[in-house]
Amino acid sequence: MKILIIEDEPQMLDNMRLTLEREHYQIETAVDFKTASEKLGVYDYDCILLDITLPDGNGLDLLKQIKAQGKADGVIVVSAKDSLDDRLKGLNLGADDYLPKPFHNAELNARVKAVLRRLHFEGNNQIEIGNVKINPENRVVEVANEILELNRKEYAILMYLITNKNRLVTKSALAEHVWGDHIDQTDSFDFIYSQIKNLRKKLEKATINVEAVYGVGYKLNIAQ
Amino acid sequence: MKLLNHTTKYLSLLLLPLITLWAIAFYYAMLDEIYDSLDDGLENQKILLMQRTKEDPSILQNTDFNKHVYAFKPISKNDYKHFKESYRDTLMYMYNEDDYEPVRIYESTLKHDNIYYKIKIITSMVEEDDLIGDLVQYLIGLYILLVISILLLNNILLKKIWKPFYHSIAQLKNFKIEKENKITTKPSTIDEFELLNKTITKLIKKSSDSYTEQKHFIENASHELQTPLAISINKLELFLENNPLDENQTKALAAVLDNLNRLTRLNKSLLLLSKIENKQFLNEETIDFSLLTADILEDFKDLLAHKNITINFENDATPKTIINRDLAIILLTNFIKNAIIHGHSNSEITIQLKTNSWAISNFGPSKALNENTLFTRFKKVGNNKKSSGLGLAINKAIATKYNLKLSYNFNDTHTFFIHFP
Repeated sequence: MKILIIEDEPQMLDNMRLTLEREHYQIETAVDFKTASEKLGVYDYDCILLDITLPDGNGLDLLKQIKAQGKADGVIVVSAKDSLDDRLKGLNLGADDYLPKPFHNAELNARVKAVLRRLHFEGNNQIEIGNVKINPENRVVEVANEILELNRKEYAILMYLITNKNRLVTKSALAEHVWGDHIDQTDSFDFIYSQIKNLRKKLEKATINVEAVYGVGYKLNIAQ
Repeated sequence: MKLLNHTTKYLSLLLLPLITLWAIAFYYAMLDEIYDSLDDGLENQKILLMQRTKEDPSILQNTDFNKHVYAFKPISKNDYKHFKESYRDTLMYMYNEDDYEPVRIYESTLKHDNIYYKIKIITSMVEEDDLIGDLVQYLIGLYILLVISILLLNNILLKKIWKPFYHSIAQLKNFKIEKENKITTKPSTIDEFELLNKTITKLIKKSSDSYTEQKHFIENASHELQTPLAISINKLELFLENNPLDENQTKALAAVLDNLNRLTRLNKSLLLLSKIENKQFLNEETIDFSLLTADILEDFKDLLAHKNITINFENDATPKTIINRDLAIILLTNFIKNAIIHGHSNSEITIQLKTNSWAISNFGPSKALNENTLFTRFKKVGNNKKSSGLGLAINKAIATKYNLKLSYNFNDTHTFFIHFP
């Protein structure tokens, strides 16, 4: 899987690159409009992370270029502006997702995976991890060929942890992904703990387990 | 009290002693002039009588006032020599008035054929009580006339003169810096008003400019903070993942991350607040608050279950209003979230919908919150360290934008209301 990151802030670019490299993607980078435009003209990518504000141009023009070339690349617009206007413009121009800064690494990873999954398997792929099978299309989860009843939030937690398997997912990243801004205050961590506890109970027969990391976050491991 | 009436009040108060003093002086001066003229007349009468005695000495036999206005009385030579002429007032019965009325009496002497006579001449006098009565009546009339003229003058002439002033202050009264309504002043030929108008226009422009600048400053500052925050959070997350750390180190890093996340949320809230105030939410549609509440409650289902709070949703009415959908969601989410977070576990939250209001009540600390500061920025309720203190300020900004009224009431439960226009 080849990913192009277009981002003018070098440290930001570095973080994104390191995060995605852990997932064994092949990463290319561009720090300005010109380089990005050239690379897009020559190569094909599976996913493009596109910062809107570039020193020598508007990222949305690059998006137009990608779409004009008729490429099937997945594009995630990344912006520090988080303006509704940019979001709508980006999505209208054919972007697959919009990720406002700042974001958690786990969130970036999840968004990239979601885009890749959508583009390459048209949503019909089955995720297999240990003895757990997940069909993202109809949200059916099976453990050892037995259907597991999960509510909406439990499913979201499981999917997020699977997407970020073997990686530390902090509680705040998980909370933000699953509950949005709804639980950003007191009780939130206690609340997440009780949700994870329920999920663990349901995954008793599975060969995957959710490990708590020093009360900081969680990590999904596959039992050997 | 209005400026115009203020001057009238003092003017009429001042006029009262002035006119009284003037009346007293006028009365005495007039009386003096009348006496003077009467006395002159009496003296002239005496000279005329003296001339008549030469032609008709019989008049000297007239000793009382029954027939004439004069009377003679023979006196000794000694008396004649020592006699002093005098004018005095006395009372005499008047038939026409059927009363004793004051008369002026003049006493003098004369010599006729070596006989000495005392002569008394009378003339009717001004009736002082009548004079005073008349004078008072006319003066009261004058006073009333003066006050009325001043009032009329003020209300017609001064009002016209002060028109630019009243126009300007009427505009100032309605001026709201966040509404961005412009102030128009009426041109005036009066220097002071022209100066006032210019100063007002200048001051308003300056305040509006700095208000706008400040609004945009917050927005720009929040934007600029996003990237360094993103870099810090992501670097720490990578560090946590890539380095084998012991429990204490991990927890310390997580604490830093937590604070950065809090900063991010605070920054996002500030950004949202400026965006609402800078009118960046333009799309509006009719929102059914009953449906929206049900949708949002669905999102809070697991948090409610976790705190074992039951929701009592009384949606007999379906209030609707035209509002931006995202802002309507934020408005209700903030209220519902607050009710859950501040509400006691194992208690009940009531959401009551009426045709023109939406209300949410929760059981919390048994003490009313300060309604005056509740909706202001960074006003934290209780000691919740993770609260940004901006939730209700954001709600207030949304309410102001759409002319909704928010209120709070404590009656065993804490209740927040949204009143629809």
